[in-house]
Amino acid sequence: MIQSRQSAVIILHIAAILLLFVLQFVLPDYHQLAMTRVMVLAIFAMGYNMLFGYTGLLSLGHAMFFAAGLYGAGLTAYYFGWSVPVAFVAGIGSGFVLSLVIGLVSLRTSGVAFMIVTMMFAQVAYLTTTYFTDYTRGEEGLVLPQAARSFDLLGVHFDLTSAVLRYNLSLVLLAATVAITLLIVRGPLGRALVAIRENEPRTVMLGYDTFRLKLMAVTLSGTISAMAGATYALLFAYIGAGFATIQYSIEALLFTLLGGAGTVLGPLVGTAAMFYLIDIASSYTVAYMLAVGIALVLLVLFFPKGILGTIRERWLPWLP
Amino acid sequence: MAFGPFLLLATFEGLLQAAILTLTALGLSLVFGVMRVVNVAHGEFYMLGAVIAWWVSTFVSSMFGMPPAVGFIAALIVSPLAVGAIAMVGERLILKRLNYNPESTIVATIGMLYIIQQSVLLTYGPDARRVAAPFYYRIQLPWFGYSGYNLFVIAAAAVLLLIVWFILSRTRIGLIMRATQFDAETAQAFGIPIDRVYSLVFAAGAMLAAIGAVLVVPIRQAHYLMGLDPLLLSFITVIIGGLGSLRGTVIAALLIGLSDGIISVFFSPTLAKMISTLLVALVLVFKPEGLFGAKAR
Amino acid sequence: MTDKIIKPSSLISRRTTLKGVGAAAGAGLISATAPGFVRYAQAQTSAPIKLGLELHRTGIGASYGRWYERVANAAVKIINDEGGINGRPVQLIVEDDGTDPKRGAEVIEKFATQHKVDLVFGTLFSNVVVGAAPRAGELKMPYLVVSEGTHVSSGSLNRYCFQPGITDVRSQVTAMAPFMTKNLGKKVTMMFPDYAFGYDHRDNLPAAIKAQGGEVVEMIAVPPTETSFTRYLPRIPANTDVLYHVMVGPSVLTFVTELGEFYGSQHPAIFGFIDSIEAVDLKTPQLDFLEGSYFWEGNPRYAQKDQSQWDKLYRAAVGVDDTGASVHDPKDISTYAHMYGVWETLFVIKQAMQKAGYQGPQDKAKFIEALESFDKFEEGRDHPQGDKIFNGKNHQAYGHQNISKVESGRLNVVHRTAIEDGGPQTTADYTKMAL
Repeated sequence: MIQSRQSAVIILHIAAILLLFVLQFVLPDYHQLAMTRVMVLAIFAMGYNMLFGYTGLLSLGHAMFFAAGLYGAGLTAYYFGWSVPVAFVAGIGSGFVLSLVIGLVSLRTSGVAFMIVTMMFAQVAYLTTTYFTDYTRGEEGLVLPQAARSFDLLGVHFDLTSAVLRYNLSLVLLAATVAITLLIVRGPLGRALVAIRENEPRTVMLGYDTFRLKLMAVTLSGTISAMAGATYALLFAYIGAGFATIQYSIEALLFTLLGGAGTVLGPLVGTAAMFYLIDIASSYTVAYMLAVGIALVLLVLFFPKGILGTIRERWLPWLP
Repeated sequence: MAFGPFLLLATFEGLLQAAILTLTALGLSLVFGVMRVVNVAHGEFYMLGAVIAWWVSTFVSSMFGMPPAVGFIAALIVSPLAVGAIAMVGERLILKRLNYNPESTIVATIGMLYIIQQSVLLTYGPDARRVAAPFYYRIQLPWFGYSGYNLFVIAAAAVLLLIVWFILSRTRIGLIMRATQFDAETAQAFGIPIDRVYSLVFAAGAMLAAIGAVLVVPIRQAHYLMGLDPLLLSFITVIIGGLGSLRGTVIAALLIGLSDGIISVFFSPTLAKMISTLLVALVLVFKPEGLFGAKAR
Repeated sequence: MTDKIIKPSSLISRRTTLKGVGAAAGAGLISATAPGFVRYAQAQTSAPIKLGLELHRTGIGASYGRWYERVANAAVKIINDEGGINGRPVQLIVEDDGTDPKRGAEVIEKFATQHKVDLVFGTLFSNVVVGAAPRAGELKMPYLVVSEGTHVSSGSLNRYCFQPGITDVRSQVTAMAPFMTKNLGKKVTMMFPDYAFGYDHRDNLPAAIKAQGGEVVEMIAVPPTETSFTRYLPRIPANTDVLYHVMVGPSVLTFVTELGEFYGSQHPAIFGFIDSIEAVDLKTPQLDFLEGSYFWEGNPRYAQKDQSQWDKLYRAAVGVDDTGASVHDPKDISTYAHMYGVWETLFVIKQAMQKAGYQGPQDKAKFIEALESFDKFEEGRDHPQGDKIFNGKNHQAYGHQNISKVESGRLNVVHRTAIEDGGPQTTADYTKMAL
């Protein structure tokens, strides 16, 4: 029984990735581009989900991790001319360092205080990007140079101006994130994190060092978010302070909640649903964020577990 | 400019900033104190207050040809009532159903933030509009001039503060609120209708924001995005003062307003904001109960 | 499970379909909302030329957006009344970018791949231009901005980006400087927004002033999100002869009001870019102190004594009265100094498409080359602001600038610069880039 569920889980996730792979051959151009963005933002939401969905820590500051990746990759590519793969690693690295430091400090708090502290640190990060406008060009942002639009890796030439390549690169990174998330949440670390979410004092009593575990969760979550940011910068060749605003922190929360916090594929489903909701709403009205507001309220009132969370509760209890 | 006048101007600006902060943070502090609800939509109630003030004052001046002062007084009455009513509806329809669960209410109030902000965008439009001050008087000092109305805002904030303090500490309603804040379950056992107290408090918090907005809007503009800035700052104020402590909120508003006013006259305001935000975050990390708050029970 | 994953989008299309059926223009709506799934037939000769207007309908650029849209509609109406372009009617497709660079880039993608427009034009805020331009280049989508920013002429964008309707800040500033130093004073203090648009001023004015024997004594950068300005004012040195200000966004009225409160009638000479009071009524009581101060204007807001017949025609077509307000609402002040750029850009588009014999997206390269072949635009109905020189290499137009003085609450032009006053043009050359 357990064996078959195990394989059901694996088959399901492979099928989801395969579906996305096949989609590129049937989707019209616009939706191919849109799905590329959706996949990158879904990686961001999956990073967020690691902390919020599995560990139960609500952060309102994940935009700073996304921005750390964005600037870490973008600025090194812009100023030092680092090649795309190296800049990508630099972006992930800056996210790792930032989330480690932020985790060390802000994990001294919990609950509402944790939310507010992360929000404030993110605000400081945003102000930092605008304070150093000489380098970041603040709100205006920087366009990555032509040299950062292609790279050679292992003897293969990659041209990032190609929409097909961008789609498949995002897909590969998304698949990697899904795999990592699955490995973690189905392993001992994931079970310990869920234990913290459900009842932290009891987890402490069982002998777990919950601070260390939570720190690992923050760092993992921040690093994955930073990877999304680095990907965004390098694929779309633009970095700007707008990505560090609180709105992006809220979006990560929203994507996760909509798709289902604490489910592996939930953030992907949530990101796609929200992206298209906004996209369609914006063709009717300038007030398209109204759709976001209404969605949030309805979700929290009637589907607090989100799309996949509700499905898991009603029909598929084995969904990870 | 010489140092003395420089400092004087910085102090004026700081006091004004503190007054505005007090006006916006008071309602937030009340709601958190009594209901333990972090109201992310608070800044939007402030914005709504300003926008309604624009509607009322424009209506009064264009329909009856009254001077700005009449429109201002009308706005001071209509705007808080309207905003309070909207807040009460939101509380009944949304927050009550969530049982005031801390995390759910945060998500719900983020939703309310967008609903209010975008509804205003749909009806009022994306423009910044001017609301005339009830009076216009410019005080000419030897070194620079200053708006008399700004000083009026500072005084009005002080008066409003005294009124709130009086209601909370000297009236029956205040007693009920304090009892609810102290221990909701016991209060209920003593026959206090917790339910009604909560919706009243939520409406009162929004009304305070609206009053603040009516006072402030003549020196700023009414704009649909104006709620975000005060939200962050009033969060900071409420936290550093100790969540739910009125006295702490006021002291924090003075502290932040004055230091921000003064620091930002001498240094870059962005740097000033960075430093103050960082400091407040660290206060929360190392002294989570705030500077004046009681330890959480 | 796969069903579940795609469920949201199938729900949505059902919803939009229902909505579309309900609406009178059912078919039109469906294709406007879910066109990505509808394969368009190859454009036929009678099919409209589709121009994408990327607009700041919301966000801090909203007041510009509203007027840019009105100007675009007025110009397109004239073009269509005269038989369209190459025998084909012109259709405007509008998308809002929220004055947000990220959304701006997405809007370009939407225009290119969903609406399948022939080109995109009309973006103003330079942060949005910079965010959207790389996508336009990679999607090979001509992108004609009306931004004043120096981004196009500096060569930092790409071959598909043009600014044929309005002069860049660099040349504007260079042309203004001699007037300031000759008539107002040599010691200048600048106040400007702390982002791209402000930097164009910061980076170009000091050199221009210095060339005239003057000096910029202080530079005060103000964050674009700032809502209160008094705290910045003490930093203006007492020995300042000229206060040079340029502000944008919803707080501009607060800025000028606080400036007035601070100084009263005793102030240094004030020279502002009209941006600081664009869409703001000069008759606002607290703005009395601006009496006697000077403003740069691209196109003069108030109809002047020597108003050209072209300005008269343009004003009437857009619906603006002689004081720069909407003919329908005297309180709705236009962004008159800038918005002519949209009008002129549309007529440049028409001219270039005619020259290229443009029939559809397959002729994009010909269109770009036709644009690059222009070297000047004559004053006339199509160019009511005045004649312009066009540099086909750096893709930038250069025109006359107006300096206006506030007299009895209106702006009267006191000096009109020559095109050459803008100084040497930048040497960027986009034509070397591949198409």
